Amino acid sequence: MLGIITGFIDELRATGVPVSMVEAIDGMRAVEVVEISDRVALRETLRATLIKNLRHERAFDTAFDVYFSMVPQSLSEPRDSGESRSQPHVDRSDALEPPPFDIDGLLDSLLEALAGLDDEAIRRGARTAVDELAGMEPGRPVGGTYYLYRTLRRLDLADLEERLISALTYDQDLSDFERRLLREEVEARIERLRQEIEEEIRRRLVADRGRDAVARTLRRPLIEDVDLMHATTSDLHEMEDAIGPLTRKLAARLARRRRMRTGRLDFRRTMRKSLATGGVPADPQFRHPRPHRPEVWLLCDISGSMATFSRFTLQFTHAMSTHFSKLRSFAFVDTIDEVSDFFGPGVDFGSALRRVTTEAEVVWLDGHSDYGNSLETFHTRYGRQLTPRTTVIITGDARNNYRPPRDGVLGDIAEASRALIWLNPEPEAYWDTGDSAMSHYAGHCTSVHEVRTLRQLEQFIENLTLPGPRPLQNV
Amino acid sequence: MSFETPRAVADALRSVDYLPDDRIAQVVFLADRLDKPILVEGPAGVGKTELAKSLARVTGRDLIRLQCYEGLDEAKALYEWNYKKQLLRIQADVDHDWEDIEQDIFSEDFLLTRPLLEAIRSENPVVLLIDEVDRVEVETEALLLEILSDFQVSIPELGTMEARTQPMVVLTSNNTRELSEALKRRCLFLHIDYPDAQREQQILAARVPGLSEHLAAQVAKVARSIRSLDLKKAPSISETIDWARTLLALSIEDVDEAILGDTLHVLLKYQADIEKAAKELTSSPPA
Repeated sequence: MLGIITGFIDELRATGVPVSMVEAIDGMRAVEVVEISDRVALRETLRATLIKNLRHERAFDTAFDVYFSMVPQSLSEPRDSGESRSQPHVDRSDALEPPPFDIDGLLDSLLEALAGLDDEAIRRGARTAVDELAGMEPGRPVGGTYYLYRTLRRLDLADLEERLISALTYDQDLSDFERRLLREEVEARIERLRQEIEEEIRRRLVADRGRDAVARTLRRPLIEDVDLMHATTSDLHEMEDAIGPLTRKLAARLARRRRMRTGRLDFRRTMRKSLATGGVPADPQFRHPRPHRPEVWLLCDISGSMATFSRFTLQFTHAMSTHFSKLRSFAFVDTIDEVSDFFGPGVDFGSALRRVTTEAEVVWLDGHSDYGNSLETFHTRYGRQLTPRTTVIITGDARNNYRPPRDGVLGDIAEASRALIWLNPEPEAYWDTGDSAMSHYAGHCTSVHEVRTLRQLEQFIENLTLPGPRPLQNV
Repeated sequence: MSFETPRAVADALRSVDYLPDDRIAQVVFLADRLDKPILVEGPAGVGKTELAKSLARVTGRDLIRLQCYEGLDEAKALYEWNYKKQLLRIQADVDHDWEDIEQDIFSEDFLLTRPLLEAIRSENPVVLLIDEVDRVEVETEALLLEILSDFQVSIPELGTMEARTQPMVVLTSNNTRELSEALKRRCLFLHIDYPDAQREQQILAARVPGLSEHLAAQVAKVARSIRSLDLKKAPSISETIDWARTLLALSIEDVDEAILGDTLHVLLKYQADIEKAAKELTSSPPA
């Protein structure tokens, strides 16, 4: 058991989940007080002790399935039968001939199990389905998805869903509303079956190839390690939850003031108050410093090459707008436009995004990135509103399509503001290759960071130290 | 009181109308066994605070609550010296030896206990609820570390005060901010999400007496349907409970589109969300 748990923890760490020594020991200690044979108890015990972040739960679940799947005794038996059966019809060519197996019978029993919400029967059905339809062959180095696809294609879940809906309708006349609720109920049940099948396949893969090998093939980058330039929509969706806390942290970093915890003693008010106690200063009063409200301006490259990344930065902008009352955001391609009004409290992200893409005037000439012109336009139009309290953050790859970088103007912008930060979503090794003009711009920035993943963004925020707000001059 | 099995935890919580799932029962059981604090995370209104309250009720412990907020400091969370009393004491006998007075004014009599110290000093066993811990600044979090790992508080003038009875500690977080590793490491982590339709139906049945099974099932399904939409703020359990109560008060037997449209504002708190949900739910389902 100890060996399996250490292997499991190693796997978590290999995926990128930080499991500290203390947590590992806690996990071991906790396992001692649970019934090992109770899989749910074991899973929740390990989860509570090893995983401290919701974002890591998916990785945990996958690894747990691999390391602690019940290796059933019947395992060798169905696998053998599966083997012998798959020999006669080597359907590697996806031959159309139906196998000698009563698929309708299986579907009927599945339908009954799903309609009656009979967990045991659903599990049994899933097992049979994998036995008969996945055509698993020992030693084949394919991932579980392949077998899952084969099983599901034969089961035709969409059809099963329709049948289940009509079975649960009981010939009643349903309104659209009721039908919608019913459909969602059915979808939830079908999803359960799908998961059951997936788990079953995973179990067999583990039995066939061993835990470590399967875990390696199933390993997927954690959401914080996904490359922002190539993130999928579902990745971005998942990131949304992580962005909120991050922006709050950024807000705190930018607002950080160097002061004593409770503030200085307010002598005047203390004396005034002491009159009530006969001149004894019994109730010291403190001066509470006003919290410093950071002013942030965000400039986002939203050109085509940056499509995914800019969606992310806009998501970030959206989340920031709830924390910074003085946030101004600008979008640019080959010219720049202010988009602050599209974001703000009470606006949902979808419509903000739509307005940025349709209403903002960011294309001037041909819709290819032109940092030079964008920065110059920015400086002419908004430059005078920059103050020594403004932090300017630019996000973009600095790929300028070989146009003049006109970096001098960036120097002016830096001069006029508190700090100028550039976040580049490209790996640092690619900077200055091809049409990237990064080094031209970098010299003018307070700091330049490679932000390819959520984790890097987190690190950037973590280590952010800015020069204190400069005093306003000539005021 | 100690729990024998996770099942016993679940049964006990159920007896006070808190319906735990396997995960909650297991983590509470572990916390009890290993004497570790629980860090409960999840969206607002899924019963995080309620869990602590229910635990206090089933174990017969006193509940001590520390509500966190931005700017919370040790004077509000741990302890504070009672300046006024100290000053009065000093003034009371000026001729006395200063050493004695100093000894005297830094004794427990002059200490104002705040929730954390109170939980440590309590004669009776307590459940300590540290609510919305994500609201305090990172620096303030450090105040909690000593109490979470060793159940003790160090006061420079007095020395270390150890817990008289082992408190059961529950921290809640809405995850508006990433908590520090040091804090997380000391806790068992429990994420509570919106319940599935089945469990929500049971919760409704337990929390809203007089609700018919049919209506409870419908309410739970509508709640799930609304949560699947992309909203600013999805309805929480407390809001579905409110909605069920509303329906009951209006003596409605069966929810249809019109009733849903009329009462949607009980479930959703943003106008944009209400409009979106009304549009989605009352039109024909996607093919």
